[in-house]
Amino acid sequence: MEYVMFIYNAEDRWAALSEAEEAKIMAGHMAILEQAEKDGTYRGGNRLMDVADATTVRNHAGKITVTDGPFAETKEQLGGYYVFECDNIDQVIAYASLLPHDDIGCVEIRPVFPEPLEG
Amino acid sequence: MADLGAVLKVARPRALAALRRFSGNLERAEDAFQDAAEKALQRWPDDGVPDNPTGWLITTGKRLLIDQARRAKFELDVDIDAAAEDSPPDTSSLDDDVLRLIFTCCHPALSDDAQVALTLKVIAGLSSEDVAQAFLVPVRTMEQRLNRARSKIRNAGIPFRIPDDSELAERLTGVLGTLYLIFNQGYSARRDALTDARVCGEAIWLARLVRRLFPGHAEAGGLLALMLLHHSRHQARVAADGTPVRLMDQDRSAWQADLVDEGRALLQTVMAQHQPGPYQTQAAIAALHCAAGDIDWPQIAALYAILEQQMPSTVVSVNRAVALTEAGRADIATTLLRAVAKAPGVADYAPYHLALSNTAQATGDLTTAKQALHTAITLTPNDTERAFLAERLAQLKD
Repeated sequence: MEYVMFIYNAEDRWAALSEAEEAKIMAGHMAILEQAEKDGTYRGGNRLMDVADATTVRNHAGKITVTDGPFAETKEQLGGYYVFECDNIDQVIAYASLLPHDDIGCVEIRPVFPEPLEG
Repeated sequence: MADLGAVLKVARPRALAALRRFSGNLERAEDAFQDAAEKALQRWPDDGVPDNPTGWLITTGKRLLIDQARRAKFELDVDIDAAAEDSPPDTSSLDDDVLRLIFTCCHPALSDDAQVALTLKVIAGLSSEDVAQAFLVPVRTMEQRLNRARSKIRNAGIPFRIPDDSELAERLTGVLGTLYLIFNQGYSARRDALTDARVCGEAIWLARLVRRLFPGHAEAGGLLALMLLHHSRHQARVAADGTPVRLMDQDRSAWQADLVDEGRALLQTVMAQHQPGPYQTQAAIAALHCAAGDIDWPQIAALYAILEQQMPSTVVSVNRAVALTEAGRADIATTLLRAVAKAPGVADYAPYHLALSNTAQATGDLTTAKQALHTAITLTPNDTERAFLAERLAQLKD
């Protein structure tokens, strides 16, 4: 099964991290990558720019509105994602557990809608 | 003729777990077990109960699944033709599959409500109607909840597996927590006494199953002991008119001595395993409450102090303060309640104000005692209890 792991962070907390704190979190990401590469489950991932650089586009009955910022103002913002191909959710939870968020953020695991079967 | 319902109930977890493994799918396994159980109810009264009812149900369920797979062309996790000639299953080796099934139903990616409902439905085999009645929700709501849980298991890939050693302790704690939620649903005594007793009975049945599967895990035994000791009083806890009876006013002859004895003996066994935990501590407190003669309040207060370390919560601290006051240490209780007063939710927690009132009364602070009792009354929803507290307030005012 394919899963996307969304990483949410409170950007203000992230910006205020000490070098040591940031290194700890980055080490968590490295541990996830290393483990997933070893397991052969890694399918991709990216770190995103801050929501200050986000643009939201809406199309209401053909009327296009483009606005600055994320679609919703929330305390935690989407900061990046991974895609894994795993047998089950426990493996993804194990990867997610390698990330030492403390109170800075959390991850959300979502299964990818399966491709419609051919024929 | 043996009680066929009881035979099916005992056979269910293993048979269903085997069918889950065979079909690779929980819903198909549930349907196949249901069909096999119906066949059993038709055939066994005439043919007699087979020597190995679990094996019979598995074989019958597998045949049904194979027929379905051939007709509908869905895939089983096994080679259909080889499986069709399968010899009768060895039911004694199925316990690991029962565990896998329990860990599926109690997976942390499912909500507490879903875990509780699935465990009662899938493992204990209650009907959706019975689960709905136990949780005071309409049957349709419960069916939706169960179906949502089943589709999350399928869509999110919640596995049929025993957690690794590194995950096991935490996941087992989750399972025990789910069983305790089920028990408390019955124990909170909000419906007719019969339904309540049955829900508690199911929780005990499930706890016995988990205890048997994890004999080396002291807390699994601690939870079972706690349930047995609480449940021993269920006939004395509610008066004939349905109103709750306080512990000190209960008719002790209505307590079930066999459950008390079993709970005590089990608690002794697991405490000798030297893996302390909050269920064992709570069971020890319950055992002291069940004791003949005077209640050993100093000992109960000491146990609550341990429980505060194991499982810090306002409720535990308030209970400790109550025990301290009863043990003649209202001075320590006062300090404790003062510390608790700042915790969130305390202002609306009636037992806190009640404890505060008792403690203040013991230290001679009648103003606080009256004030706190008055607050407790306004926060108590139960009419009988409120009337009882109002009577006490009137006595305080004299």
